[in-house]
Amino acid sequence: MKELIARLVEAIAPSGYENDVRNLIKKEIQEYSDDTHIDALGNLIVRKGCRTGKGKRVMLIAHMDEIGVIATHIDDNGFVRFSNLGVVRPYYSLGERVVFTNGLRGTIGHERMENRNHVPPFEKQYIDVGANNRLDCPIHVGDVAVFDQSFRDLGERMVSKSMDDRVGVAILINVLKKLQNTPNEIFYVFSVREEMGHSGAVTSAFGIDPEIGISIDVTSTGDTPKGLKMEIGLGKGPTIKISDSGMISDPRLVRVMINTAEESEIPHQLEVLGAGTTDAKSIQISRAGVPVSGISIPCRYVHSPSEMVDINDIRNAVTLLLALLRKPFEIQ
Amino acid sequence: MVALPSQNGLVITSEQIALLERLSNACGVSGYEDEVREIVLNQIRPYVDEIKIDTLGNVLAIRNAKINNPLRVMLDAHMDEVGFMIVEEENDGFFRFETVGGIDERLLIAKPVWVGKQHVPGIIGYLPVHLFEEKDKRNTISIQDLRIDLGQGGAKLVKPGDWATFATSFQIVGQSLRGKALDNRLGVATVIELVKVAPRNIELLVAFTVQEEIGLRGARVAAYGLNPDLAIVMDSTPAYDLPLWDGSENEVYNTRLDHGAAIYVVDGVTVSDPRLVRFLIQIANELKISFQIRQPGGGGTDAGSIHQQKTGIPSVSISVPGRYAHTGVMLARLSDWECVMRLVYAGLERINREVF
Repeated sequence: MKELIARLVEAIAPSGYENDVRNLIKKEIQEYSDDTHIDALGNLIVRKGCRTGKGKRVMLIAHMDEIGVIATHIDDNGFVRFSNLGVVRPYYSLGERVVFTNGLRGTIGHERMENRNHVPPFEKQYIDVGANNRLDCPIHVGDVAVFDQSFRDLGERMVSKSMDDRVGVAILINVLKKLQNTPNEIFYVFSVREEMGHSGAVTSAFGIDPEIGISIDVTSTGDTPKGLKMEIGLGKGPTIKISDSGMISDPRLVRVMINTAEESEIPHQLEVLGAGTTDAKSIQISRAGVPVSGISIPCRYVHSPSEMVDINDIRNAVTLLLALLRKPFEIQ
Repeated sequence: MVALPSQNGLVITSEQIALLERLSNACGVSGYEDEVREIVLNQIRPYVDEIKIDTLGNVLAIRNAKINNPLRVMLDAHMDEVGFMIVEEENDGFFRFETVGGIDERLLIAKPVWVGKQHVPGIIGYLPVHLFEEKDKRNTISIQDLRIDLGQGGAKLVKPGDWATFATSFQIVGQSLRGKALDNRLGVATVIELVKVAPRNIELLVAFTVQEEIGLRGARVAAYGLNPDLAIVMDSTPAYDLPLWDGSENEVYNTRLDHGAAIYVVDGVTVSDPRLVRFLIQIANELKISFQIRQPGGGGTDAGSIHQQKTGIPSVSISVPGRYAHTGVMLARLSDWECVMRLVYAGLERINREVF
């Protein structure tokens, strides 16, 4: 699992440009899939199984894309002005290295600050790729880049850029490989563009028309010094999503998930997230509506270049999903 | 009139400029696009195989291909413009009003307007409800303190709910186009022309949409109805390319006049399909058509709604740059318009399934 995550997080795939990750996933899932489809916007959709008895059409979704930056202007001296792709904070980009989709690397500098106590906004930052002038600069307006930070194994914990949501991708791949018997028809959706308006979730949900939707994404934690006031902490288990800033989960589905976790004695936490949402919110209002919830991996420093997760939470998320999917979803 | 020679593809003729003039002078505030719709219908009817006006007022048309199993390509241009709506009459001949769409509220005072179907002329004036102090002169006057002044004669012809537009008449000045609502009558004129000459290797689906300026609303419904394989959206986008007075480089210009067709990579609501962007840039380089990448971030076009419909529609937007967007008059260049026209035409000729 760690090895798979390490490969996934180092792929370069900002919203709209998910090729790198999509190709990685295709290789992993090819022999396990009943039907693999890449839709018009680039969502990778893997169908497995068919509905029997009380089984349902279930849509599981994890997003392939990560946040990044996009070049807005190359100035006369070859410095690259940029803007954010998705929610990137100026205090996280300062001083970071970036890597463009074509492999070129650079570092983020900033204009001289009058007051060192204020974080300069993106307008006062720029990417330096080491060029001498505009003609010499290999980057053009519209080129996209992500944080250039490698995967580090700290033991139980791991840190890297784009744990959001490569851990979700890894979990879905593992569930696909391990799930043996199920009455459900399951669509494993590796979505595009979650960080830029969820259009991948909107369109894939329309196409699949599921009866249940569950997102596998990350959630913030409350276990860092003077951090968010939240119950969630690393290592205490994957979360069952009750609500977040974009949606309220279907309480019947939440009840089923909690019962399953308790019966199978899988460590879990209950998630009420104030700041942030997932693809599930778009599935919920697709067509005539879908009961949805989420399973989230607690993650410190979300949307920073160094996101930290606990391997046990990830393994338990796989276990929880397997336990859930093996049986029909009894929600009436 | 001006006709620009070019190597291949289309040339902007005096006929097309005359059409643009009619479109620019026509009034079509979001929700009330009738005048523009009439022109569009009359122009494209002889050239399409199917045409209809949908429930919201979008004009949807299909021009069949001459081959089997063609790619279904949607061209989109919004018909509406930003404007005003009359709210209430106060006193004799003064009307409170609201803006429709994102008008630049700093630039309203003393502007002439046309109100309603009869184009009753009025002026936006301010009610001196208090004496202006020196410091207030530096602030923008709030729309709450502005009134449309129609005089007693005009007031009889106007009622709450009537729309109003800036009273600007179209003009060509040298190589520049000057008029109201060039956002997006330039797009409308371009799509009309492309319908007339489009190659027959594709099924051409066109949508002249309503209510773009108030939330990309018409396009949502149009795209759901047409369900194309891909969409090319034609719009207009601001050029903030005036020089900075301190001599430093202007780095936040969005687009620049005289730098060709503006291709969108990312705006405030859409990530253009990278394959379509690459395809257009390749063509532009090959045919030596000037183009620029619209600076990423902010703003939006009908593509924001279109790409999310049904199971997803790969989309890209191309705009003619214009200064002073969403004010009484926009300034654009003939040459930039021609670049857009040529680039999209060449795109329609060459688009095929291999692009995907």
